[in-house]
Parts: sequence; structure tokens; C-alpha cells
Amino acid sequence: MAFVEISNVRKVFGSGANQVVALDEACLTFEENEFVALLGPSGCGKTTLLKIVSGLLSRTTGSVRVGGREVAGPYSDYGFVFQTPSLMPWRSVLQNVLFPMEILGKRDAAAQQRAEQLLDLTGLHAFANARPHELSGGMQQRVSLCRALIHKPKLLLMDEPFGALDEFTRLDMNDLLLKIKAETGASVLFVTHSISEAIYLSDKVVVFSRRPARVSEEFRIEIQGPRTQACRFTPEFTEAERRASEALGLLVGSPQED
Amino acid sequence: MPLYETLSRIGYPTAGIAVLIAVWTVSCRIFDIPEAVLPSPDQVAAAFAGNLGLLAREGWVTLQETALGFALAMLVGIPFAIAIANSRPLNLMFYPLLVALQSVPKVALAPIVLVWLGTGIESKLAIVWLVAFFPIIIDTAAGLRSTPRDLIELARSLKASPWQVFYKVQFPAALPFVLTGAKVAITLAVIGAVIGEFMGSSNGLGYLLLSATSQLNSSLAFASLFALSFLGLGVYAVVELVEIGLARWLPVRPAGH
Repeated sequence: MAFVEISNVRKVFGSGANQVVALDEACLTFEENEFVALLGPSGCGKTTLLKIVSGLLSRTTGSVRVGGREVAGPYSDYGFVFQTPSLMPWRSVLQNVLFPMEILGKRDAAAQQRAEQLLDLTGLHAFANARPHELSGGMQQRVSLCRALIHKPKLLLMDEPFGALDEFTRLDMNDLLLKIKAETGASVLFVTHSISEAIYLSDKVVVFSRRPARVSEEFRIEIQGPRTQACRFTPEFTEAERRASEALGLLVGSPQED
Repeated sequence: MPLYETLSRIGYPTAGIAVLIAVWTVSCRIFDIPEAVLPSPDQVAAAFAGNLGLLAREGWVTLQETALGFALAMLVGIPFAIAIANSRPLNLMFYPLLVALQSVPKVALAPIVLVWLGTGIESKLAIVWLVAFFPIIIDTAAGLRSTPRDLIELARSLKASPWQVFYKVQFPAALPFVLTGAKVAITLAVIGAVIGEFMGSSNGLGYLLLSATSQLNSSLAFASLFALSFLGLGVYAVVELVEIGLARWLPVRPAGH
């Protein structure tokens, strides 16, 4: 049985004439330790699917199973990273990272130690006692990443986490995320609208069509060896980009060589 | 230059006050204004110094009305705001009503309150409560409602109880708004107390001001006015100090650092 099994998930907002189908018959499975990117244009229901997997949003029909258990409401065994850092301005960086442990009633010396390790890993050790507003956007998002990892979740749900960052910071964050994934062994479900980011990070890319969102294509990324920035210039990478662009309908009307 | 900066920060406002007092004094002399119409600054100062005991006694009454009325407004306003911010039915029921009530001039209610509660401290507390209640409830509710959605979802994703969501996320996020409301409310509270004393009272600075003017003792009336201003500044400063204190207390500092 796959770690995450999403089958025939449909989400309808509103009712009657105002009914909007945000997600239609979405199906997706992935294994533990896999990195899956949900790629698609804005407003195509990727975030809706992510929220449904998190249990924060209910589904109209269909089934979502995580670790063999049917999702019915939040289950706290995942870390969520939002589009914006969403830190609490009244807490220090360290206190923000420890917030989940407080809610889970596990705020002890071990939690404190883990928080400090995570801050080390993300290069934020010197800022443990700083306030969020003293940090740059990229640093804030790293704090948010630490917060999502503090309770050792098996699954990381990320909603366009680097969308608001500049290109250079985004590339750094991509490498950091790969490093963290390697160290924690978490599965990642990653929503993005950047084709190259999706390919660079993922084992599998799931392409969404426009509303109502359906999975229009799903393919594995076959890049040999470790992911480094140089991967972006390999034929495999280019081929994956072409395939994703095609699935997104971006190549319609342009000459294709095959 | 920090020294120059400090000096100018104290010096210029002081100079402003000095100019005002000078113009006031000179006008009184040149135009030969009678004391009953406009007492000169030295006459006011003399009246202030000569009636310190009286001003303190009446000021204490006004201070009690202001502080107790304000406390009542906080005590009722904050839970009320929490209720309407967290319940859609309650919000739909009461929020429009609150906004409509806010447009009622509270001074106009004072005579009615006096009929209901008499000339004792109860009517003053009610009027203070009336004027201070609205900014507290409106600002607190706005603060609670503007809590970033992501933060609430984050807490919910960790299966936080509604109480945890409230006191770990919503309330701290709303606290700056609550304090803004409190600062507006405390200023209004002083006004409310004076209105109450004007309408019917036998003590308090408002009463003293009224009785001094009726006896054409304008120096004492001005002294009461200054006493009221000091009182207003004092209570505002207390709320401001609480705000500064909270700003330092809210971000819980980790132990050992």
C-alpha cells in the first residue's frame, strides 16, 4: 500500500448556480520518502488538494489515505509550510519553531535541542533570539521550514513556499530543502507553479490542468546522481521541462520536433 | 548629535509652552482683561497652589470614576468582543447594532442615565462605561478577526483546541488592537466622567469647575481645568506603560539566553 493514496477526490465550493468545481477526480499515490510536485497554473486547485490532504479542508467525494488511515480532519503528523512565512511576530525565532511542540504538549529539553539543531541546519543559529521582522524573507521562510519539521513529521506539505522569494534565494532554498529531505527522510508534497523548480526538486511531477482541476499528466523525473544546480543543464532536465510544458498546454501551436 | 537631539526634544516643546504663557500674560495686561473673564497665568498658578488640597480631593473622585468605569468597560468589552468575533450568529446579531449605537451621542444619554441611577458614582460609572465601551469592543473584535488565517490553520493542523487557538494565536495577535482601543477609551473615559459630573453631582473636578464658574471664580475654574488635563495625561500614561510592559513581556524569551 502506498504511503499517500488520493483517489477520485472531488471538491465543490458553493451550491446551485454558484457552484464551482475546484477539483475533479484527482488521483495520486506516492511512497514514503518520495518528493512529489503538484505543478499547474494558479487557481487550478493544487492548494485545495494540499489542504484536503492536510485535513484542513473537507472533500466533497473521494478518499484520501495517509499511512493507511483515512483522513478525516487534521492529524498533526505532517508539517505545513505556507506561501508566506506566517510567523508569529510576538515570538522569537526559536519560540516560533517550538510552537508546534507547545500545541502537542511535548515542549521539553529534547524539543529545545531539536529546534536548535534545525536552526543550525538552516543556518539560523545566530538568529534564535531574533524577532521575525528582523529577518529577510528567505530567512523567515527557513524558520517556517524548521517549524514544520520540529515534530518530526513523516509528511511535509508545502504550498508554493518559495513563490514570493527572488530567484537566487529560491535556488538556495531548493538546495536546502533537498538537504533537509535527505536528512529527515520525510515525504514531500510540494505545490508550485514553477516548472523548473518542480523538476529540480521532485521524484515525480504531477501536472494539473485548468479548472476544474484534473491530473492531466504524471511522470517521474529520471535524473542520475545527486541534484545540483548543474542538473538544470542536462538533456534529461530539458526533456522533463518539455514534457511538463506540453502537459500544461504551453506548446500548442508552436512547432515541435519529434 | 545625541545631546543636541535630547536638548532640542525638550527645549523646543518647552519654548512652545513659554511662548503661549507669554502671549497669554501679555494679552491679559495689555487688554486689561478682568480676572473673571480670563485670569492670567500667575493668577491660575496661585489658585492651583492655594487649592491643592481641594483639587486633589475632587480629582481623586474623578479619577475613581474614570478608572472604575474604564475597568468595567474593559471587563465587559473584551469578552463581548471575543464572543462576536468567534460566533457568526452573534456577530450578525450585534455588530450592526453596536455600530449604530456608536453613532448615538453619548452626552445625550447622560440625562437619561442620571434619571435611572441618580447623582451618585453609579451614574458616572455608567456614562464612563458607555463612552469607553465602544472603542474597546470595536478594536478588540477587529483585532481578533484580523488574525492571519495561516496562523489559525497552522494551529488547527496541529489539532489545537479552540482554547489553544484563542490564547496562543488569536489573543496575542489581537493585543495591539486591544491596547489601541484602550488608549482611545481611557481618553474618552475622562470626558465621560466630567460629563457625568456636569449633569448632576456634588463632587469631582467637573463639579468644581462648574461651581467655580458660577461664582465667577475663573482662576479656580482654570486650575480645575489644568487638574483635569493632568489627570487625563496621567491615566493615558498608565495605559501607555502597560502597553510598553506588554510589548516586552509578550515575546517569551527562552530560558538560558
